[in-house]
Amino acid sequence: MNAVATLSHPDRLLADLIAGRLPDARGRFGPFGGRYVPEMLIPALERLESGVREHLKAPEFQAELAAQLRSWVGRPTALTFAPRLSERLGARIWLKREDLAHTGAHKINNAIGQGLLARRLGAKRIVAETGAGQHGVASAAACARLGLPCTVYMGAVDMERQAPNVGRMRLLGAQVVPVTSGDRTLRAAIDEALRDWVADPLNTYYLIGSAIGPHPYPYLVRELQAVIGREAREQIVAATGSLPDAVIACVGGGSNSIGAFHAFVPDASVEIIGVEAGGRGTGLGENAATVAHGRPGVLHGTYSMLLQDADGQIQETHSVSAGLDYPSVGPEHSLLHALGRVHYTTAGDDEALEAVRTLGETEGILPAIESAHALVGAARWAREHPGRTIVVCLSGRGDKDMQTLLAKLIKEPA
Amino acid sequence: MIPRDRISQSIRAAAAGGGPALVAYLTAGYPRREKFRDHVRALAESAEVVEVGVPFTDPMADGVTIQRASVAALAQGVSLHWILEELAALGPLPAPVLLMSYLNPLLAFGPQLAARAAQSNVAGFIVPDLPLDESGDLRAALTREGLALVQMVTPVTRAERLKQLCAGSEGFVYAVTMTGTTGKNVAVPDDVVHYLDAVRELAPVPVCAGFGIRSREQVERLRGHVDGVVVGSALVEVLERGEDPRAWLKALRGR
Ligand SMILES: Cc1ncc(COP(=O)(O)O)c(C=O)c1O
Repeated sequence: MNAVATLSHPDRLLADLIAGRLPDARGRFGPFGGRYVPEMLIPALERLESGVREHLKAPEFQAELAAQLRSWVGRPTALTFAPRLSERLGARIWLKREDLAHTGAHKINNAIGQGLLARRLGAKRIVAETGAGQHGVASAAACARLGLPCTVYMGAVDMERQAPNVGRMRLLGAQVVPVTSGDRTLRAAIDEALRDWVADPLNTYYLIGSAIGPHPYPYLVRELQAVIGREAREQIVAATGSLPDAVIACVGGGSNSIGAFHAFVPDASVEIIGVEAGGRGTGLGENAATVAHGRPGVLHGTYSMLLQDADGQIQETHSVSAGLDYPSVGPEHSLLHALGRVHYTTAGDDEALEAVRTLGETEGILPAIESAHALVGAARWAREHPGRTIVVCLSGRGDKDMQTLLAKLIKEPA
Repeated sequence: MIPRDRISQSIRAAAAGGGPALVAYLTAGYPRREKFRDHVRALAESAEVVEVGVPFTDPMADGVTIQRASVAALAQGVSLHWILEELAALGPLPAPVLLMSYLNPLLAFGPQLAARAAQSNVAGFIVPDLPLDESGDLRAALTREGLALVQMVTPVTRAERLKQLCAGSEGFVYAVTMTGTTGKNVAVPDDVVHYLDAVRELAPVPVCAGFGIRSREQVERLRGHVDGVVVGSALVEVLERGEDPRAWLKALRGR
């Protein structure tokens, strides 16, 4: 199905998006987005929405956030030219180094921003979900920094494959709650975090970890992650004198990618590519490539592309990377796909693992397996466009994945 | 009579007779799909409204009992199509039937939903993740068939919105008695009783309290403050244990 054909005014929607008019007053990115939640959560979301309106762009809040980003998160992160990788791929590769941000991934940009907002809104406690554990660690760290109690829901499957992050969260003072319901990965963790929030919507702040969920979360998370693309755009222009030919990021829920893409969406000459988890195949349940294999539906409060069966039941997903193992995607991505402004592709488990090794060996950087999906996309684009300039969002570092990487990539017996 | 009016009328009749009316919930096909018709018939004979839960993989407003029931029902292949076929085969029942479903299975069913539901003697829908603000399309489709869309109100709902929800609800107003998911046993404190009184003031249709209703004491406490009570998780547990739902509902009613 060609989703572009179903949009009534694609040109106007793109213009609206570029002019900052989306999401609209109803939290919509064209047909996508909205607020599909139990009535119990409506007051909390209305309060969050008015809090976002009042504080997010206010000079004091921006100053407070900027200070935290500079002195605690370690921003701006570097834009690193990758000469040996460039030579191998036949294009000029620049890496936006979110792996260098505090706690090792882009997730901290969102966690500290929402944490500051939660404190202003008078929240008594924070709940968060986590897949790879990066958002959990970032939330735990931000909460410790701001003096807020933090509970993190994490699927039992993910607790096993991202064990180092469980220990990190606990050392940072968070309570980690294993989720054994549903698919026992990110999706079930979000279900449980929502149930916790429903139980005490007025005192609890739900610190969602990606550009998903009911309005205003997709907007809020985009705004907090847009620093990635803003810095990268300035840095690449300063370093090369021009815009890149392509910007590439991995897409789970879609936060590092929307953050990386946002500043470049108006630059018509820049190709934008999102890379989803191709897992081990194209069949149902074998991947987490929502845009590639999904159709629109409602999960976790938003109308967006969704991996579902004919009856509207949500599909189990598979990816070697916990952070991409999610059956939906942020609503703004669904619109960018429908408009054709961003091209979405996939990278398989094995390709991604190989890309981890390649980056390690060529540049001395071990990326997260999530981020390695973006590198696979970059390698493919480079083959089709030799000699061009590509900015890749390196969303996080690979330390959390050591268990998987040792098992899959190091062949000698221990 | 148009289907949605059957709901309010059935509840009002019981309430007039000393009520409160019972809205009895079951997850379709749980514990065994072969029992579905028997169970629906039993509930229709002993309650004023039957609420049939369409299982969903991600029931975010539900506690552990209904989560467990949903997973088991899905594992047996229960779907909305199957449910509507079963209900059609059952034919007219002594109590109106509501479908409780999360939105996505309804969207996936497609535009023929309202007509098909009407043919299966369904009188209305409860969609816990569809707030009034987003409900325009479904509401319009249901209205064409005379089917109700029941709105929920909660103890944290602001006064202005409470008015809109009460005015917009059809069949009855579903007054959630507590914050949290379904299934926990709750005491009914004074402020909840006051809130229910306030909802009843505003609502042009009957008011039924739900979430956490399990005991005759709770029903007694609510008598006079609501027109009906919704029993969900506790009844699902009765069916799960293989007990007779008629006897249990009778005991809950108390008179
Ligand atoms: C390093 C890293 N990259 C990417 C992701 C995917 O999330 P998103 O698509 O929201 O950026 C995660 C999620 O946990 C992650 O840890």
